Amino acid sequence: MGPTATREHLLETLDEVVIRFAGDSGDGMQITGTQFTNTTAVVGNDLATFPDYPAEIRAPAGSLPGVSGFQLHFSSHDIHTPGDQPDVLVAMNPAALKVNLGDLRPGGMLIVNTGNFGAKDLEKARYEHNPLDDAQLYEKYNVVKFDLNEATIQATEGLGLGNKEALRCKNMLALGMLYWVYSRPMETSERWLAEKFGKKPELLEANLRALRAGHRIAENSELFHHRYQVPPAQLAPGTYRNIMGNAATAMGLVTASRLSGLPLFYGSYPITPASDILHSLARYKNYGVITFQAEDEIAAVTSALGAAFAGALGATASSGPGIALKTEAMGLAVSVELPLVIVDVQRGGPSTGLPTKTEQADLLQAVFGRNSEAPIPVLAACSPGDCFWTAIEAARIAVTYMTPVIMLSDGYLANGAEPWRVPEENSLQPFPVRFKTNGQGGGQFLPYLRDPVTLARGWAVPGTPGLQHRIGGLEKQDVTGNVNYEPGNHEMMVKLREQKVLGIAASYPPLEVFGPPRGKLLVLGWGSTYGAIRSAVERAHAKDLDVAQLHIRHLWPLPRDLGQILQRYDTILIPELNRGQFSRLIRAEYLIPTVSYPKVQGRPFTASELLRRIEELAR
Amino acid sequence: MSTTAEKPVSFKKADFVSDQEVRWCPGCGDYAILSVVQQAFAELGVPKEKFVCVSGIGCSSRFPYYMDVYGFHGIHGRAPAIASGVKLANRDLDVWVVTGDGDGLSIGGNHMIHAMRRNMNMKVLLFNNRIYGLTKGQYSPTSTKGTKSPSTPFGSIDNPFNPIALALGAGASFVARAVDTQLKHLGAVLKAAHAHKGFAFVEILQNCVIFNDAVFEHFTDKTVRDERQVDLRPGQPLLYGKKLDKGLRITPDAIELCAPAEASTWDPKEPSGANAYRICQAPEDGQIPVPVGIFRDVEAPIFEDDIHRQIHDAKIKMGEGSLKSLLTGGETWTVK
Repeated sequence: MGPTATREHLLETLDEVVIRFAGDSGDGMQITGTQFTNTTAVVGNDLATFPDYPAEIRAPAGSLPGVSGFQLHFSSHDIHTPGDQPDVLVAMNPAALKVNLGDLRPGGMLIVNTGNFGAKDLEKARYEHNPLDDAQLYEKYNVVKFDLNEATIQATEGLGLGNKEALRCKNMLALGMLYWVYSRPMETSERWLAEKFGKKPELLEANLRALRAGHRIAENSELFHHRYQVPPAQLAPGTYRNIMGNAATAMGLVTASRLSGLPLFYGSYPITPASDILHSLARYKNYGVITFQAEDEIAAVTSALGAAFAGALGATASSGPGIALKTEAMGLAVSVELPLVIVDVQRGGPSTGLPTKTEQADLLQAVFGRNSEAPIPVLAACSPGDCFWTAIEAARIAVTYMTPVIMLSDGYLANGAEPWRVPEENSLQPFPVRFKTNGQGGGQFLPYLRDPVTLARGWAVPGTPGLQHRIGGLEKQDVTGNVNYEPGNHEMMVKLREQKVLGIAASYPPLEVFGPPRGKLLVLGWGSTYGAIRSAVERAHAKDLDVAQLHIRHLWPLPRDLGQILQRYDTILIPELNRGQFSRLIRAEYLIPTVSYPKVQGRPFTASELLRRIEELAR
Repeated sequence: MSTTAEKPVSFKKADFVSDQEVRWCPGCGDYAILSVVQQAFAELGVPKEKFVCVSGIGCSSRFPYYMDVYGFHGIHGRAPAIASGVKLANRDLDVWVVTGDGDGLSIGGNHMIHAMRRNMNMKVLLFNNRIYGLTKGQYSPTSTKGTKSPSTPFGSIDNPFNPIALALGAGASFVARAVDTQLKHLGAVLKAAHAHKGFAFVEILQNCVIFNDAVFEHFTDKTVRDERQVDLRPGQPLLYGKKLDKGLRITPDAIELCAPAEASTWDPKEPSGANAYRICQAPEDGQIPVPVGIFRDVEAPIFEDDIHRQIHDAKIKMGEGSLKSLLTGGETWTVK
């Protein structure tokens, strides 16, 4: 599309843009990114985000470990990833420049806050020379140098703020600039500021002034020669909202509580990157949600199990280290056959590992990581919005089959955002729970008498007259639930629990392959790699490559139609953010060769690197 | 909820006896405790289906299997956390935790102190036999220093917990001690614990005939117990002896023997709890009698009531949440 002149600037229409905001962890980059995201969502673009921040709350100011980034990809068409390479990099200080410049697309726009490029700032970022003096920088990128600090102090003058307080608004000034450059309205952020600083009028005024000053400066100065617009995407009709994975998980759990007719009990202990689920649910008090910040991970899961015994929809979430602590209680849940939803928001490990970085390396822990034979169904969400649906599906399986269920999310989904089409209320399928109200077999309640189809035992809650019974972690006799250590009984019970969980696969919808139903290459994925794989496969299709995508939500038990589908392709490529765990599982279950594509860098796949691998295999 | 609370409730001890064969060692103190608890439950006026017994792992934790109420035999140390979930999900239930010195104070120590500070309306019975029974006799966190056991053949060297002091320090709003063989007193303490609105901690000194026999005998044996124990009775003078002819006096400097007329009046509601803390430290060397009975009984806000109040208030303030308000909350836009 040809550029047209508006005032002295050229207005250019773009199909998509990737912006990365980068600064010190105290610079408010996550807020800036989130604000740009919310505005962009309301404008109607499709989008995907990737917040990338350090585990330290405030690493030394200006240092390399303290750099916090937020990448946002928005477009006028359907997109699946936050983008491989930023087109625009906003660097608030030298450290942010150093950490992020290598990712910027050659020819891309580099916006630098020169106000933070003093000798000390350069030293903290371990620069020996000022990188802005390097002529090559200007050959390679479209560099926009501006002193945001100075402009912010000027904009907030007269409000009685100290320099330090005033400078906190510089992220809003940068945001205002980019709003102008990308033709975004400011109302969404203005409303948000009014809500956030409603009780501090001088801070509200300062932030509003900075935001508007940024917009004005971008318009009236010679900093930018172009202005851009990215038209709305053609999304399916409906009501949309912008949603992050953890918020979607929380909403999914509340929805599941309504669909099952059970009150939601959420036991949790704070851990990155799962805590936001607790934060979201704690605000849903008017939905009757009980949140319990327990004393530790073990109390979080056991309280949820106790609540399930008493008739609630019990749920808990954590990340890998916390899931490890919950493991014994998950085995208890298997033994007592009570419903329980356990969400694992995976992060890099082992041990404390990379608390704020994403990974998918808890898969085998989820499927097999318990003492003895303790089968638990495992599901994975594939996008931030899909966390909603996966949480509901986890709860449905839990209450239908009287079993604990693990839902896998990860740091990338938890903090990533995308526009999400709000489902119609009547499109949500209820799965009402019926507690036992009277005994079977001569009036006595038999806690382990099973439904002949699902093999689920009956659920009788304390308070129900006449159905007093005892459950526990000791091996028991089927039907009566009485403690029983006989060899034959134990083997029978182990098999029964196994059969019950394997039977869940009968309730899955059929798998859907994206691309040719048979052929050269199938990219088989699970979890948060969905978007990158989809983008790569779409690009491969544009190059006429013979490749299909299959993405698995139900990881255990595996779908019954999976084996047949795998037979239809010459090669099965399995990309995952671990050392090949799903690949191992597929090989073990189907005795077929797979090509594993592991990545463990604490970062998601880019579509480009996946495309390269697809090209190698599909030629 | 069940409407049976409206009807007069009348039960017999036998109503609380389950059909399971009791599997404790012959002579174990647990038998007597089980019998007293069954009798007490029958007398509490609570519909049977409202009782929930939750336990962890250990000899004492087999308890729920023998009670004909709702029961949950959990995992080691976690009973207070499981019980917290039960109580939060349905505060109408009468929740009792049965635990031991290893389960409740060692592997589950963290859950125990946090349950104490939160003050949910639940009752904890801690059977203290100062030894690990089910794992065959290792010393426990309440074993006296020097205890010889398979894991401490030369005598234990760590200091034991005083469960009463721990409970007082962690902020339990009701703290009491009873003895397995003193059935009437135990029953009365259980009823007082039940009458207390909030968290109640009852340490029950319990004899393990196999691994730690007679560990409390020097003050619990029938022949000496009247002279070697003092019952802390709310509002009553601190008297002991077969004819209650001996007194205890608490002064700022000491707890000392005195004439009955000079005995201090026991007040478990004393705000600071200082006297309870001082008297629970009484050594068992016979200088003063070992205190049993009610150390502390104070009113405090109840956790589950506060949670439900917040929910109630939120519903009034924000309106009862619906699926529609949940899904479309926050900023939305429409694509046509």
